[in-house]
Amino acid sequence: MAGAEGAAGDVMEIQMGPSHPASHGTIKFNLRLDGETIVDVEVEIGYLHRGFEKMCEQGTWNHCFPYADRLNYASPILNNVGFALAVEKLAGVTVPERCQYIRVIGGEISRLTDHLTCLGMAANELGAISAGFYMLEAREFLYDLVEAMTGARLTVTYCRLGGVMKDLPADMEERTAAALKQVRRILADCDRLLSRNRIFYDRMVGIGKLSRADSISYGLTGPLLRATGVPYDVRKAEPYLVYDRIDFSVPTGTSGDNYDRFMVRMAEMEQSMRIIEQALANLPEGPIAITDPRYFLPPKQEVYGSIEGLMNHFKLVIEGQKIPPGEVYVATEGGNGELGFYLVSDGSGRPYRVRVRPPSFYGMGAVGEMLRGHMLADIIPTFGQINMIGGECDH
Amino acid sequence: MTVEALLDRVAALVPGATPLGGEAARGQAVIVLERRALPAALETLRDHPETRFEMLSDLTAADYLGRTPRFEVVYQLYSVSLNHRLRVKVPVPEDDPVVPTAAAVWKSANWAEREVWDMFGIRFAGHPDLRRILMYPEFEGHPLRKDYPVDKRQPLVPERDPITRPWYPHRSGAA
Repeated sequence: MAGAEGAAGDVMEIQMGPSHPASHGTIKFNLRLDGETIVDVEVEIGYLHRGFEKMCEQGTWNHCFPYADRLNYASPILNNVGFALAVEKLAGVTVPERCQYIRVIGGEISRLTDHLTCLGMAANELGAISAGFYMLEAREFLYDLVEAMTGARLTVTYCRLGGVMKDLPADMEERTAAALKQVRRILADCDRLLSRNRIFYDRMVGIGKLSRADSISYGLTGPLLRATGVPYDVRKAEPYLVYDRIDFSVPTGTSGDNYDRFMVRMAEMEQSMRIIEQALANLPEGPIAITDPRYFLPPKQEVYGSIEGLMNHFKLVIEGQKIPPGEVYVATEGGNGELGFYLVSDGSGRPYRVRVRPPSFYGMGAVGEMLRGHMLADIIPTFGQINMIGGECDH
Repeated sequence: MTVEALLDRVAALVPGATPLGGEAARGQAVIVLERRALPAALETLRDHPETRFEMLSDLTAADYLGRTPRFEVVYQLYSVSLNHRLRVKVPVPEDDPVVPTAAAVWKSANWAEREVWDMFGIRFAGHPDLRRILMYPEFEGHPLRKDYPVDKRQPLVPERDPITRPWYPHRSGAA
């Protein structure tokens, strides 16, 4: 913390971050303060820039899946699914029905972990440490499910072009029922602890407000936009996978402040659990991946047992999937909003251009306007509700 | 509205818009626009009751090295009220990589254009604050250009002294 030379009048200039104990994420706020009131704030991002888009151009399409995981590491399966759907649209393939259901289940589990991380941390940072830990406990039950599904807890790389890596475990339904029971119990506790807690309420209501028109103009999507009352959810607006066969609602708020963002996320978690239960109940039997040899790796038995399988494997790994030239933009509903991928193929086995539309990048673009006129201490809950994930925002 | 109907409407509304159909667009609505049509055409698309693209979902660019014009700036528009999408592509030549800014049309264009400047070196004329956003000011080159080597090293930069080189943009004027 240091004041700059020649600060005008009573305005004090302070840098907050890039590594600040109260903000979970490397980001810098250049503040101009009048007392404790924020006169102006300029946000500096990019501390977690890892060249996602450049790296994707170096490998084959399948090489990008692990990178996609690491965009929003609070909801890796959603990123995986979003990228897989974009590549499949470009390649013109449709995955089998069972795979679509599995992706919905995995994606919604990821959405739950994303919202739990966001809300748990937000509560934690406002002093409600126990609620924060309860939510992490709930997340732990879900990570166990993710581990049973994918073999990994965080960076799962579950999807492939044309399918998923492996089928659900046989006892997935019982495991899920047990886990969701725990999650519901914990969420009910957290709801009682937070939603009508005087301190929490006063810190959240009316803070970080952004009008509906401004939110749209800033490109806010997901819970941030829905908190202003716009029911825009990609799952409903342009249903993908099997979301059109599942009954769920899109919770919205009214005022677009931090409290509404919190409540929208809380309500969305119940909807996600309903989606998971319906998808598991209707899960059809069948293959979990396409068998098109141009795009999907053959099973290991064939690779080691037949010359065709070996050649097929070799060509796919060395040369990549040769997707016909063209371009697509495919949007899916990520944890924080519209997660879009703009892909360009030139017909070689490598992506020509991969662009991710990171929802929290646009959220951070609006943070200056959200915070102006509020108090210094309001930065933390507002930043928490935007749920900036460094890997995604800075790609 | 179907993709064809939307493209017909857009072609009628925006003079000089070339619809890009066929296999390459994979059934999505895409138009190509000259850059001189720019802020006006985007404003029309935002405000006209039949298009109403209130949201600029994303703005990015692509580098087609070896092709003329070399760059393409890509706008992903979305209409929240009418629920349709449109992609607007604007070719940009290598020797004069400037495009009029859309920051006055959509607020999300502000940061997105900074990122395109940072990554591709395409300037946006009239942008209120065109600085690098993901990279640091001393970074040399534009990393997403196809002729930027993936393993290129950057020179070390001296530590920034906040007194002689203040961080606040209104004073620093850093590029």
